[in-house]
Amino acid sequence: MSGTAGGAASMALLIQGSYFVTAFLFIVGLKRMSSPVTARSGILWAGAGMLVATIFTFLYPGMTNYPLIGAAIVVGGVIAWVSGKRVAMTNMPQMIALYNGMGGGAAAAIAAVELYRGEWHGYAASTLAVVGGIIGTVSFSGSLIAFGKLQGLINRSLRFPGQQLINLIILAGALGLGGAVASQLDATPAVVTSFFALALVLGVTMTLPIGGADMPVVISLYNALTGLAVGFEGFVLNNAAMIIAGTVVGSAGTLLTQLMAKAMNRSLGNVLFSGFGDTGGAPSGEVTGSLKPIEAPDVGVMLAFAQKVIVVPGYGMAVAQAQHKIWELCQLLIDRGVTVKFAIHPVAGRMPGHMNVLLAEAGVPYDLIADLDEINAEFETADVALIIGANDVVNPVARTDKSSPIYGMPILNADKAKNVIVIKRGRGAGFSGIENALFYLDNTRMLYGDAQKVAGALIQAIKAVD
Amino acid sequence: MTGIVALYIFMLAAFTGYEVISRVPVILHTPLMSGSNFVHGIVLVGAMVALGAAHTPLEKAIGFVGVLLAAGNAVGGYVVTERMLEMFKASGRAGRGSHG
Repeated sequence: MSGTAGGAASMALLIQGSYFVTAFLFIVGLKRMSSPVTARSGILWAGAGMLVATIFTFLYPGMTNYPLIGAAIVVGGVIAWVSGKRVAMTNMPQMIALYNGMGGGAAAAIAAVELYRGEWHGYAASTLAVVGGIIGTVSFSGSLIAFGKLQGLINRSLRFPGQQLINLIILAGALGLGGAVASQLDATPAVVTSFFALALVLGVTMTLPIGGADMPVVISLYNALTGLAVGFEGFVLNNAAMIIAGTVVGSAGTLLTQLMAKAMNRSLGNVLFSGFGDTGGAPSGEVTGSLKPIEAPDVGVMLAFAQKVIVVPGYGMAVAQAQHKIWELCQLLIDRGVTVKFAIHPVAGRMPGHMNVLLAEAGVPYDLIADLDEINAEFETADVALIIGANDVVNPVARTDKSSPIYGMPILNADKAKNVIVIKRGRGAGFSGIENALFYLDNTRMLYGDAQKVAGALIQAIKAVD
Repeated sequence: MTGIVALYIFMLAAFTGYEVISRVPVILHTPLMSGSNFVHGIVLVGAMVALGAAHTPLEKAIGFVGVLLAAGNAVGGYVVTERMLEMFKASGRAGRGSHG
């Protein structure tokens, strides 16, 4: 055995060893991230794993194109670093979608390099390359659409009759072309290109009809799919780190997707194929009554002399960046001896757990934050339910109107409070496009305005009481 | 790695992912999704190997895009997850609000 061959062999062993360490660090990191106490250290463990794998991969035997690799890492890394640091907490979900799409695209790129090269490594390897390629590509274009929707770049949900059939035809076409490539029936670059093009289109047409309210579940699903694609490409490259990390994310992501769908009382099939999330047809059972406005000074007095106030924050509060002012308002009330609690719906914000993060950022202590099961019985004893930028999650039609798209979704029983104050920017409907019956109740008053300004006005009003 | 060993790894990894995530509280759903999004950024090492073995201009171009996207996935995923989990240190402590 020559010296260089021996060197390459021991180098390969070293790289395998580093991937083993990486796999261990990833699993420990994910485990730690699944508990609130250890969550913060979890990402450090996983980050260390990533660093180890990346550094040792540079030592890969026979590797060329180092300047290109370095340049791509620097460019991609810096762009992601800056955008990740700058993005507002409220925009986190679409940022995750974007980064996830990039991962899917990278898995697809690996498949593309392998398939365009046209070297035949047997049915198993080429089939896995093709399957990973289609999954990664769908995750790529689908995640970009999800990003566009949550970012407000794409406002309409494209929907037409026979859409599912057309998606099925595109899928069949992509699988057919992929089959031809994998079986070496016809693996010319033209076929490979059409295969990827069809997969790209599929991701777009699959995601476009899904409404914005369901996007978190969809992003989670694409996250799992990217993991799976990475795992499959790992088999192709014979790379244990990719197989293990990709598969772990694939299964963990699938479970997470199910948990999220359950928190929203929806099944995954429902999310993907029923097209919920914006107005399909007008729901029956029109809401009757009128919206009754109220001014901030009156609300200030009401809050100041209440015994118990339950705050229901929604995405509107986060958009207005009002969480700090609202917490200031609540501290003022607490100082006056008012019992204040925050009621968090499982899907408040844009994703399960999103609102907890936003409130924690504002400094609200955890013991004041209650979730749906804990708080729902307490609304009857509350003097005021203060709804700030929340809409669908307090809409009582979810309990009563069987024709409503949100029927059956568990809601916060804010309507049971003695007084309901709704802080709202304008008269628009919620994210789902459904009219909210709560706003028309006799015990509900509407306080119009930007949540942050309104909170400021309420603080003044309460201070003026004494 | 033979096919059957790869299959074993696949099965065990799938169970591991499922077990690690089960019984996770709702408040961690978003950070955990972000964290697992970071973990599949390991696609970076595969993209590096693919680009490192690329010869034709087309392979190099695709490989370059692959590494760039993968680096974005890994770095971006880390940054946003770290920022989100940063919030959890506030738990249990009384408010550090604007006049706290």
